[in-house]
Amino acid sequence: MQLKERSILARRLADLAVRALASLAAIIGIAFLVWIIYVVLARGISAINWDFFTQLPAPPGMEGGGMASAIVGTLLMTALAMLIGIPTGLMAGIYLSEFGQDTRFGEGVRFTCNMLMGTPSIIVGVFVYILMVVPMKSFSGYAGAISLAVIMLPVVTRTTEDMLALVPNALRESALALGAPRWKVTLGVVFRAARNGLITGILLSVARVSGETAPLLFTALNSSYWPSSLSEPTSNLTVTIFNYAMSPYKDWQAMAWGASFLIMAGVLFVTLFTRSLLWFRSYKK
Amino acid sequence: MRLVGARHTLDVKQEQIMDLQKQNNFDPIFRYLTIACGGLIIILAAGILWELYTGSHLSLEKFGYHFLFSQSWNPVTENFGAASSIFGTLLSTAIAMVIAVPMSLIIALFLVELAPPQISRIVGSAIELLAAIPSIIYGMWGLFVFAPYMADHVQPLLARIGGPLPFFKGPPMGIGMLTAGIILALMVLPFITSVTRDIFLMVPAVVKESAYGMGSTTWEVNRKVTVPYGIQGIIGACFLGLGRAIGETMAVTFVIGNTHKISASLFSAANSIASTLANEFTEAAEPIYLSSLIELGLILFVLTFLIQLAAQLWLKRTKRKMGVA
Repeated sequence: MQLKERSILARRLADLAVRALASLAAIIGIAFLVWIIYVVLARGISAINWDFFTQLPAPPGMEGGGMASAIVGTLLMTALAMLIGIPTGLMAGIYLSEFGQDTRFGEGVRFTCNMLMGTPSIIVGVFVYILMVVPMKSFSGYAGAISLAVIMLPVVTRTTEDMLALVPNALRESALALGAPRWKVTLGVVFRAARNGLITGILLSVARVSGETAPLLFTALNSSYWPSSLSEPTSNLTVTIFNYAMSPYKDWQAMAWGASFLIMAGVLFVTLFTRSLLWFRSYKK
Repeated sequence: MRLVGARHTLDVKQEQIMDLQKQNNFDPIFRYLTIACGGLIIILAAGILWELYTGSHLSLEKFGYHFLFSQSWNPVTENFGAASSIFGTLLSTAIAMVIAVPMSLIIALFLVELAPPQISRIVGSAIELLAAIPSIIYGMWGLFVFAPYMADHVQPLLARIGGPLPFFKGPPMGIGMLTAGIILALMVLPFITSVTRDIFLMVPAVVKESAYGMGSTTWEVNRKVTVPYGIQGIIGACFLGLGRAIGETMAVTFVIGNTHKISASLFSAANSIASTLANEFTEAAEPIYLSSLIELGLILFVLTFLIQLAAQLWLKRTKRKMGVA
């Protein structure tokens, strides 16, 4: 009824306007992406050289210097976070998909898991600060790794659950019918069937965590020396970017751009790599 | 000879059965291990709440509920209030949502209805890549590139358009509430877009085709059929985006300016809960200062909890209604 009151021309025009707006919005979104990537590339790449990967940070005003300690620190903490976060996340995911689908407790775990995924990472930092830094009386790489693991855990759990849920039940039943115990069915059969999805999900969570700054600010803190042990403040890329960017020294800011480039290149590479894997597989089918 | 051979195979079988028995015995352990890991998640969430609560008891005792409404933030006189941080958090999030929601909706519409599949796939992945960029990169870009751009081009323009309105007053410094809000919008855009796109895709083709068959234009089909059909899911998506924006730390810390003041102008420097934590946590030497900061964290945690709760209950109800659960 309403439609009749407006001329076909007005309707066509409105439609055209919306089409134009929608295309414009999409272009704006992409323009921002290109802008950010371009800026980080252009400013970051000039700071990257051999020294950047091999030298310790230099004091402001000094020539040279690099991010070697920060790179090592970030790698160490991410690796430790993976060691803690991935197995627990996998197990919790197994519980949600294999044992606790319809139980009350399972519902609760799933709900809490979603909630933890939405918890700001800085809150995790505060939590680990109270939990570890205060009793140990020192900022430490361990605390940094733990807070990264806490952020990883719910992501890995939900991915595992989603991926295992895709495995057809017939597969489980046939393995069980052969007399295989449940754990063997899960780890040997269900995991193998869901392997690609699991790897993708875990890689994405690692990529996300390795770019995190907020949870490290007051757990790992930062340092300008080689990380001799993870029980003291540990040098890392993201907090170094924050400190250097906020400093008034031009050469420190340049180093921050270099580190930003490194982080972004790493994260985008892993993301694109896993995405293209997914895409390739769906395309093949 | 034959007999011996038979005995031998029997032994092996028995051994295998014994082995299987042992493997079966491991089953309950495995089960409990997975339950323990699931339980760990609940313990973690409860632990965060508990630690934040006990950690802030000093400031809870001293300031009581006045903490929520007091604007003062003075480490010297040890007088703290969360009003300016809460205000900054809510306002920057509101700006982000005002920009991101319509833009996400229209981009989702572009992806599903307008663009050819090839282009839709590329644009969709590009938009999702925005979510993969770490927030500290947004911060760097925001501080060194976007804020100067805002100061030189966007803010003077807005000041001229805005005229006597109080929102666009003050010197165009680049950093401040508005810039933080825009960057936040950019960061939540991919989340809302991808959920909304999935919802648009779930609308049955028959429904849309019948509207087209009546002679509707694409816009009319979307406005009167697609959006009403998926409105509940879209609202849920917005809640998810809201939860992201409200706790975002690094990007906001870089560009918001970090001043404990409430100002009507969107150009002026402000602060948010997360940016205050990021900036001041390691500097807080006095117990009451630290405790106040932890109470800020508690407020943020409760806020995100409530948003998540609303979003999840809402999405669950919607799924059941749409029959996709």
